[in-house]
Amino acid sequence: MTDLKPDELLAKIDRNPPASGWMDTPINIKKGIYCYASNPKSVEYVGLPNVRKWNPLEEDWKLPENWQEILHKGFRERLERFRTFKIFMDICVRCGACADKCHFFIGTGDPKNMPVLRAELLRSVYRNDFTTFGKILGKFGGARKLTLDVLKEWWYYFFQCTECRRCSVFCPYGIDTAEITIMGRELLNLIGLNIDWVATPVANCYRTGNHLGIQPHALKGMFDFFVEDIEEVTGVLVEPQFNKKGADILFITPSGDYFADPGTYTCMGYIMLFHYLKEKYGLDVTWSTYASEGGNFGFFTSHETMKRLNSKMYAEARRLGVKWILGGECGHMWRVVHQYMDTMNGPADFMEEPVSPITGTKFENAKSTKMVHIAEFTADLIKHNKLELDKNRNDHLKVTFHDSCNPARGMGLLDEPRYVINNVCNNFYEMPPGTIREQTFCCGSGAGLNAGENIELRMAGGLPRANAVKHVHEKHGVNMLACICAIDRAAFPALMEYWVPEVDVIGLHEMVANALIMPGESKRTTDLRGEPLLGMEDEADE
Amino acid sequence: MNGKYWFSLIAVVILMLLAYVGAEAGGLAIFFGIVIPYLAAIIFIVGFIRRILGWASSAVPFRIPTTCGQQKSLPWIKQNKIDNPSSTLGVILRMFFEICCFRSLFRNTKNELYNGSKLTYSWEIWLWVAALAFHYSFLVVIMRHLRFFLDPVPGCVKLIEFFDGFLRLEFVDTFIQIGLPAIMISGIVLLAAVVFLFLRRIFIPQVNYISLAADYFPLFLIMGIACSGIFMRYFTKVDVIGIKGFTMGLVKFHPVIPESVGGVFYIHLFLVSILLAYFPFSKLMHAGGIFLSPTRNLVNNTRAVRHVNPWNYDVPLHTYEEYEDEFREKMIEAGLPVEKELK
Ligand code: SF4
Ligand code: SF4
Repeated sequence: MTDLKPDELLAKIDRNPPASGWMDTPINIKKGIYCYASNPKSVEYVGLPNVRKWNPLEEDWKLPENWQEILHKGFRERLERFRTFKIFMDICVRCGACADKCHFFIGTGDPKNMPVLRAELLRSVYRNDFTTFGKILGKFGGARKLTLDVLKEWWYYFFQCTECRRCSVFCPYGIDTAEITIMGRELLNLIGLNIDWVATPVANCYRTGNHLGIQPHALKGMFDFFVEDIEEVTGVLVEPQFNKKGADILFITPSGDYFADPGTYTCMGYIMLFHYLKEKYGLDVTWSTYASEGGNFGFFTSHETMKRLNSKMYAEARRLGVKWILGGECGHMWRVVHQYMDTMNGPADFMEEPVSPITGTKFENAKSTKMVHIAEFTADLIKHNKLELDKNRNDHLKVTFHDSCNPARGMGLLDEPRYVINNVCNNFYEMPPGTIREQTFCCGSGAGLNAGENIELRMAGGLPRANAVKHVHEKHGVNMLACICAIDRAAFPALMEYWVPEVDVIGLHEMVANALIMPGESKRTTDLRGEPLLGMEDEADE
Repeated sequence: MNGKYWFSLIAVVILMLLAYVGAEAGGLAIFFGIVIPYLAAIIFIVGFIRRILGWASSAVPFRIPTTCGQQKSLPWIKQNKIDNPSSTLGVILRMFFEICCFRSLFRNTKNELYNGSKLTYSWEIWLWVAALAFHYSFLVVIMRHLRFFLDPVPGCVKLIEFFDGFLRLEFVDTFIQIGLPAIMISGIVLLAAVVFLFLRRIFIPQVNYISLAADYFPLFLIMGIACSGIFMRYFTKVDVIGIKGFTMGLVKFHPVIPESVGGVFYIHLFLVSILLAYFPFSKLMHAGGIFLSPTRNLVNNTRAVRHVNPWNYDVPLHTYEEYEDEFREKMIEAGLPVEKELK
């Protein structure tokens, strides 16, 4: 945890910009804000350029000699390949509507965390290198040369953006600073400037299929523990299956859920749901050890790396011969699946158009990609009364819901999870408007910024989210923050402990599993975490 | 405080002096009255088209709209058809509201740290009001000026003028003596809005911090244009007939320099010319770019309909075979199915 106490962190926020103009304010890389440089082994494994050991705090970043040339060429290429990039470089009027929309600006007060300035860091060089006017007018027109200091500023601030797109909602032209950050990070990657919390997961995903580098037998071992735990709570022996050819559905979820609490409970939730559906309706769902990661850390690296990692989903679905793919609760996995996958690795014509074999519902909105979100899937089951649920089993929870940025702003998945929550628990409270739905606030740790060394940045960036949670905690006694993203489940516990220690974190399908009445179950006295259910306190103790 | 506006202010003042002195004393009326306006018009038209074509020539590899509302999913879940469109009609409506009503700006909120620990978000409407007032009054002013370029003056221009002048009855009638030309509300609103946008850049610390000299320049230009226009209309009462003759000459490519117009007219004309020529090279191109912004003008149906990336290329992959080759033994031991048994 950061040494700063919450009060100190709050007191540090100074919204008044410094006296010197931003072009004249030198870069100052601070401890607690930046992430460690990438480990050469990881970078080498996926064949990214300029493999070496380097340290952001040192003067010399060990860049290739012609780094300016590489960046210039890369910049030009991207201007041609992405209309977004080109237009966003040109049309910002610096109205400032986006300025106070970024959680990193709200939490740090650092003016270069205003989305508009983050983009200007690139734009200033764009003007200088690619526009006649910029060349003639120079600083008057907001242009500057790409110097080493400017490059360092790029690195520092593009790794202080979680690519959450909140700023884009408010921009009159839809300028998406996340898109600019993506381009910025791509450029940085061309000369080997990455962070290890992205580079190593990328290498792991590539090799083992998941970001933690869990090998297939170990993955199986983890599930064996889940099976035991589930049996303990419910008395039912479940049998998740792996790499099964000819299954109906391939299920892919972020590997964060296999690995650490509270994600593991959500994972147990999926396992229980699939067991239930198999027993009752004969639905055959398989997990994969090869495509064992939904989260795509390539997305935080470059479009190319994203494509390389994403390819496994379709490859595995084809190999196993499943009808369609079901995807778990994950934020950026869904941004990639929804907005990139079919384009990059489709067409998925070897699968069938997704139809729920249980309710007969056609998932028209997933006709081409052939991948359905589990919130859509479960909401549909509940709507058709296909699940037996006892919502009272979640009565010990007072729940609020965090719209994960990527599904909310890259897809519009807002009401499905709410429908599920309302059907599996009795106490649901929304956070204030302006902090939910498309205006939701980031957890502060997305886009590969979930490291330990940048904890001050994470706590500052998560402040707006935590503050809204605190509000409903004080007003309604909320003690549980529900979410549909594995990075959230990894990032929120630390964030809550820091700002609102009374609130815990839960995934949607953990709540579903708590409420789900499993065929042949014994009387449940605790939830999946072993906490006594309301009214069952004594029995749980026995 | 960021003093960059001084550069822009001085630049605009110099431009004004240049036109005034040049045309009044320097005998350069032909240059300022004919050469510059033609040049500016050409730069504007060619520049504008080139910029649009330049953007259009870049690919749209992925369909990445920012969604602001519920997606189209299950039939019983109500979709937000405008902010999260799944059909072309939805996109057209979204763009219409964006372009004509500045919908995203309307959403603007202001964030404050309250009592040192509570974050609040309040609705902030003034930027939206000012932007709307600015753009619409500018539009009306331009429409009114069509009277100088079209003969006969079309009915709709007259109508706009009528309403523009008519509106003053409600707002400013009491200040006006009978006999002065009708006050055109649009010119005054335009000036007020520009001044507001300028003051915003000066007094809101964050906006001040991000403002470039290049942001102040068009504001001062427009202020100069509005002031010189108002000055001519209400104070020096220029020879409107003469000006009309002059502009019609420009339109018909038989330009003649009018006798009876003063230096202020040249200032007005010169600043307008500068604005036109500056337009295609600057952020003012947002006027064209807003139509092409891929986060707003795309349908959100990427899972339902395949979108094709024109430059999609093959990338190195880690195949299942390679994966199994590496882990086969461990997989078999753990009881996981494999494609090839151990030899
Ligand atoms: S809201 Fe859009 S136009 Fe305004 S400053 Fe931000 S990015 Fe630029
Ligand atoms: S995408 Fe999110 S993190 Fe990045 S600048 Fe915008 S609001 Fe900030």
